[in-house]
Amino acid sequence: MVTIKQTSMPALHDMCSLSLTVNGQHYERRVPARLLLSDFLRHELHLTGTHVGCEHGVCGCCTILLNGEAVRSCLMLAVQADGMDLTTIEGFASSQEPLHPIQQAFQEKHALQCGFCTPGIIVSVHALLREHPMPTEEEIRHGLSGNLCRCTGYQNIVAAVKCAAVYLADQETTHSRNENNK
Amino acid sequence: MKPPQFQYCAPGVLDEALGLLDQCGTDAKILAGGQSLIPLLNVRLVAPLYLVDINRVAALDYIDARENHLAVGAIVRQRSVEQSPVVRQRHPLLIEAITYIGHMQIRNRGTLAGSIVHADPAAELPALLCCLDGEIVARSSTGERIIKAEQFFTDYLTTTLDAREIVTEIRLPWLPPQAGWACIEFTRRAGDYALAGAIAVVVPTPAGTCQSARISYFGIAATPVRGYEIEQMLIGTTLDDAILQAAAHAAESLVQDDLSDIHATSTYRRALTAEATRRVLRTAWQRCQNRS
Ligand SMILES: Cc1cc2nc3c(=O)[nH]c(=O)nc-3n(C[C@H](O)[C@H](O)[C@H](O)COP(=O)(O)OP(=O)(O)OC[C@H]3O[C@@H](n4cnc5c(N)ncnc54)[C@H](O)[C@@H]3O)c2cc1C
Ligand code: FES
Ligand code: FES
Repeated sequence: MVTIKQTSMPALHDMCSLSLTVNGQHYERRVPARLLLSDFLRHELHLTGTHVGCEHGVCGCCTILLNGEAVRSCLMLAVQADGMDLTTIEGFASSQEPLHPIQQAFQEKHALQCGFCTPGIIVSVHALLREHPMPTEEEIRHGLSGNLCRCTGYQNIVAAVKCAAVYLADQETTHSRNENNK
Repeated sequence: MKPPQFQYCAPGVLDEALGLLDQCGTDAKILAGGQSLIPLLNVRLVAPLYLVDINRVAALDYIDARENHLAVGAIVRQRSVEQSPVVRQRHPLLIEAITYIGHMQIRNRGTLAGSIVHADPAAELPALLCCLDGEIVARSSTGERIIKAEQFFTDYLTTTLDAREIVTEIRLPWLPPQAGWACIEFTRRAGDYALAGAIAVVVPTPAGTCQSARISYFGIAATPVRGYEIEQMLIGTTLDDAILQAAAHAAESLVQDDLSDIHATSTYRRALTAEATRRVLRTAWQRCQNRS
């Protein structure tokens, strides 16, 4: 029989403290351990841009950036994000700012109809373009495979990703030109 | 679609996690990447009283290229393995198998160990572990044991791991330098679990016949299935069309009879298994031919 030194044992809790950064803003909250990260974002922080479709990882609507990596917020507990840096769709551009280049491309190429899938897709596309700044059609389709859209038929989404890649590359060259002229 | 209530802890040290398992026994579950466990919690197929999150146990975060095998710690993400230069260079079969898993967003969280302990018979990594005769390192508060892949998977989502044990490391043997390899699967949609899939490694003799072969299957029974009989058939041959045909035929009999479900009938799975056998062996053989 193994005896456990209760004192050295970390405790189990059904309520947990949580401190994290979302879209550059710091938050501290106490949450039930069972609260999903997607619900925390939507119900506690009122960041309702993160959508919830399936809650088992399949549809991709709830995709966010966790320390820069695209993940499903419906497949994490809120408490697991303690100490982490998150970006949701609201972090791409505030309502006072011009659209983010990926959003701009989606608008111009009519890459959304009902828009339910769009936040998750934009976040995923951001991760895709960071890895493949000028993706091939195949890389785009592969990169989008984890996001379902029931409206568009994907053609315009693929076109928007190509367009976004160009916008981001232009932004990059303008940025480095400005840096050089300083 | 919300998890039931449970008590949660994320210890930073393995011994604390093991102590908690001793305390809670079968009422506790380990949480790793959560890409299988959280869906199960959400649909309430499981309802553990305690959740021990091992993601903060930094000591389990390592990829180690050892003499005989690649060792991967229990909280290493599938995606980190996929992007690891040493794995890309020295274990391309693991890369090929991993990239079939779900999507980038899933692999950013999911772990190797989690996939193996979850033991979905349609998953790639359990079949890869069986194909290579890999090992699972399991720790409990009373010590460590090393479990061979063929002694690990016992039934659908069931393994010989004890409720008080934590898998700390997965060991995948290296392939011989002259080996050819492949992983092939059929799915309804990109990123789905396989309807049927196969993984093979073939090693040629200098004369160009098959010296040894390994083949395993996923999605065709309640556990991953090793095709020992097929491996024997291939030795000494040049894997010509007639041999591939015979291997494909033998593979059909490995498919469990009662596998018909909403995705495919057993008959269709049998046909896919035969085709996967032909393709996986042809590709593996071509890859070792190209090398020499
Ligand atoms: C949309 C989607 C598509 C997917 N597609 C595929 C696919 O095509 N192929 C595939 O193989 N998988 C697929 N998966 C599952 C994915 O690979 C999971 O990551 C994996 O099965 C489980 O790993 P995890 O780290 O997420 O483990 P978790 O979900 O955290 O845990 C899974 C189980 O293993 C136990 N466990 C985990 N780690 C340990 C440990 N170290 N010691 C003891 N017990 C442990 C847990 O208690 C739990 O019972 C998919 C998942 C999703 C959501
Ligand atoms: S709601 Fe998270 S993937 Fe569907
Ligand atoms: S625009 Fe409606 S689901 Fe994609």
